[in-house]
Amino acid sequence: MSAALETKGLCKSFGALTVANGIDFRLERGARHALIGPNGAGKTTFVNLVTGALSPSAGRILLGDSDVTLLPQAQRVKRGLARTFQINTLFRGLSVLENVCLAIGERLDVAGDMHRPAGSNRTLMDEAYDALETLGLADDALRPVRELAYGRQRLVELAVSLALKPKVLLLDEPAAGVPSPESSVIIDIIESLPADIALLIIEHDMDLVFRLAKRITVLVQGEILVEGTPQEIAADPRVREVYLGEGAHR
Amino acid sequence: MTAALDASPPAAAVNALARRHRLRPLEALPWLAATAAFFVFPDYLPLGAQILINILFALSVDLILGYAGIATLGQAAFFGAGAYTAGLLAAHGWGEPISGLVIAGLVAGIIGLLSGAVILRTRSLTLLMLTLMIAVMLQEAANKAGSITGGADGLQGMSVWQVLGLFRFDLFGRTAYLYCLALLFLGWLAARQLVHSPFGRSLTGIRENEARMHAIGSPVFRRRLVIYAISAVMAGVAGALLAQTTQFVALEVLSFERSGSVLIMLIIGGVGRLYGAFIGVPLYMIAQDRFAQADPVYWDFWIGLLLIIVVLFARTGVLGLFEQLLRRWSPRR
Amino acid sequence: MSTALSAFVSIAFHGLAYAMVLYLISVGLSVTMGLMGFVNLAHGVFAAAGGYVMTRLMAGYGVPFPLAVAAAFIAAAAGGVVLERLLYRRLYGADDLAQVLMSVGLIFMSVATAKYLWGPLAQPMTPPSYLSGQVDLGFRSFPTYRSFLIVAGAVLVTLLWLGLERTRFGARVRAAVDNRRMAQSVGINTAGLFTATFALGSGLAGLGGALGAEILAIDPGYGLEHLVYFLIVVAVGGLGSIKGPFFAALLLGVADTGFKYLLPEFGAFFIYALTLAILLWRPQGLFGRA
Repeated sequence: MSAALETKGLCKSFGALTVANGIDFRLERGARHALIGPNGAGKTTFVNLVTGALSPSAGRILLGDSDVTLLPQAQRVKRGLARTFQINTLFRGLSVLENVCLAIGERLDVAGDMHRPAGSNRTLMDEAYDALETLGLADDALRPVRELAYGRQRLVELAVSLALKPKVLLLDEPAAGVPSPESSVIIDIIESLPADIALLIIEHDMDLVFRLAKRITVLVQGEILVEGTPQEIAADPRVREVYLGEGAHR
Repeated sequence: MTAALDASPPAAAVNALARRHRLRPLEALPWLAATAAFFVFPDYLPLGAQILINILFALSVDLILGYAGIATLGQAAFFGAGAYTAGLLAAHGWGEPISGLVIAGLVAGIIGLLSGAVILRTRSLTLLMLTLMIAVMLQEAANKAGSITGGADGLQGMSVWQVLGLFRFDLFGRTAYLYCLALLFLGWLAARQLVHSPFGRSLTGIRENEARMHAIGSPVFRRRLVIYAISAVMAGVAGALLAQTTQFVALEVLSFERSGSVLIMLIIGGVGRLYGAFIGVPLYMIAQDRFAQADPVYWDFWIGLLLIIVVLFARTGVLGLFEQLLRRWSPRR
Repeated sequence: MSTALSAFVSIAFHGLAYAMVLYLISVGLSVTMGLMGFVNLAHGVFAAAGGYVMTRLMAGYGVPFPLAVAAAFIAAAAGGVVLERLLYRRLYGADDLAQVLMSVGLIFMSVATAKYLWGPLAQPMTPPSYLSGQVDLGFRSFPTYRSFLIVAGAVLVTLLWLGLERTRFGARVRAAVDNRRMAQSVGINTAGLFTATFALGSGLAGLGGALGAEILAIDPGYGLEHLVYFLIVVAVGGLGSIKGPFFAALLLGVADTGFKYLLPEFGAFFIYALTLAILLWRPQGLFGRA
């Protein structure tokens, strides 16, 4: 049975600098998978390659059964691949509600319509509003994103990607730097995601990783060091060595 | 949560967003003013027609600049293409104005589509240069193809027939004014529809954060190309209006001065607010009519200074200042 | 000499002289755009300013040529310092359109000022007697002034390149162009550096405008008339590059001279088409960084 997401021999170099070196990675359907590694290991680069924001130097990327290596980013999204960004990447001048509406509109393929006013699709806006309620953002629905605190913006970042109803979701440090009330909301949302979504989380917070992930891949300097269950990873001396050099990881 | 029947907050937020795009009574103001001007200033109708034409032109720039965030130094390419198309048709025996307008718009649109398909793949500075290159190329071609276009002397011998077979272009500019007003109205209708549609909102998204648009599956290049082509059609129609109402086409319709002055007019009014053109163009052109004839050197100097001041201190133009004042006087939502 | 070869030599000669002028004027723009990321469409105004200073000093006050040219450089550089401090630095980091419009405003003001002070006609430029006439190189003669232009241009370009390669100032400029934030964190005073670089670029433009007044006539509309060509040199050469625009200027100077001579009915059309093609193939310019 094909994986939800797979890379074969994925490579990327910028001149003499190799940031991804022959990565063979498999994300199973319904996975709860974490990608960890020291800073500069190439985790975000990997996500950029997989989503199509960056084009690989070599290798293949498969989404389900189809080879998407040459497909542009937007088309991969249409096939069910979504991501959040490590740094909030939102429409800062638009309202929270509208940020989510844009995503839903693209998903429903009505975002390019010219013949109706933008405010006429009640079903769409209701869905967006419901999504905000689930994340506790309802009160901020009409506020421009740039007026929100960092933690609240991080929730919007999650809401926008979830609005795409993806089959494969890549979360890049979703709770990093997020203060308490919002971070528990984020964790709750992640934990209650439908079981058929394949989830890959990049994280540094080991408590979070061990709580959410059933499988962990360790990336070091663009290469996979080891992959296994949380218990196997925790016990692996190589992993500890890689992190000891970093100092305390919490 | 509470039932959907009462006016609970959920409905309120959604309602507010829906209301944003509906027609407001204030929006009738420009049309009332323009109609009133027809009766109140019968001696200034030729200037009035010029203003209406430039509003349409500025509107075309606002669509790509204010909404899609595409900066251009060469919008005159489409304006001029429309002007010369309408001019050549009228000079070679086909003086029917409305069909001439349509053909001119189509020609400009095709040039927009073809050039856009090629240059919209590039970014900011390079794109800016390329928009300039297209306009400059067209201008040079028109200059050198003098046997067709009249070159530096301009295209003469245009003979424009009656509008709808009924309204002759009279010496006082009455027909011209109303003709331009009607076309501006149609153009505005189209622009307003576009801007307030899901397509228009996605353009705002592209301008706000292109990376995010890609990440939600939006076909960014296609959307930009579409609005670029539509903007070219609109600019072409404006150019054709100029040709038909003045029965003459000069080389300057393709010039950098044309592209530049329409940008200035739009900036003064306010970019990305749909009505910036309606404010900036009349202000600029009426002032120009009053002061530039007396002393063009004087005019260039002060307009240059005004432009610098606007860019430094009033980026959002007259409409932006207006919005700021409103926000200060009525702080509640 | 056969006519074809003679034509070729003429085109190469005049093209080279033109290229020198174009490069001297445009190199400052390349560095400004690459260093400060500032789209300065008004750059040609500094060239015009230099041209006006030189021609007015020579014609109105009988100042000898070398002094007038030096004055042109100094005046343009000084003007650059004043405008950079007063206006340009307020818009570093602003979006392209704001910078474009501000510089367009400057162009308008300068055109009006020049027209007001010196009238709408082109300033006559008579080279000094020792640079007039023809110089005989045996196989054919060449106009003395343009020969001087080529030689002087080559010397200036060499000095510039050496200066930027060998001096600390040059090293700082190159570092800051390469990575502004990094340069700041290493303690390079970018604000002062920007002003100095802008002054140098404007001064060179003034120098180019003055020396090249015989090819590009000095009139109020100068900054606007030749803007497209300056932009082409910079865009095709590569923003921020110092050597790139030289080759672009060579290409443009020779091609423009050639086309105008051989295919006058097409004018500059092929130049523009060629620029379009190059920028589509390499949007960062021939020598720019991707």
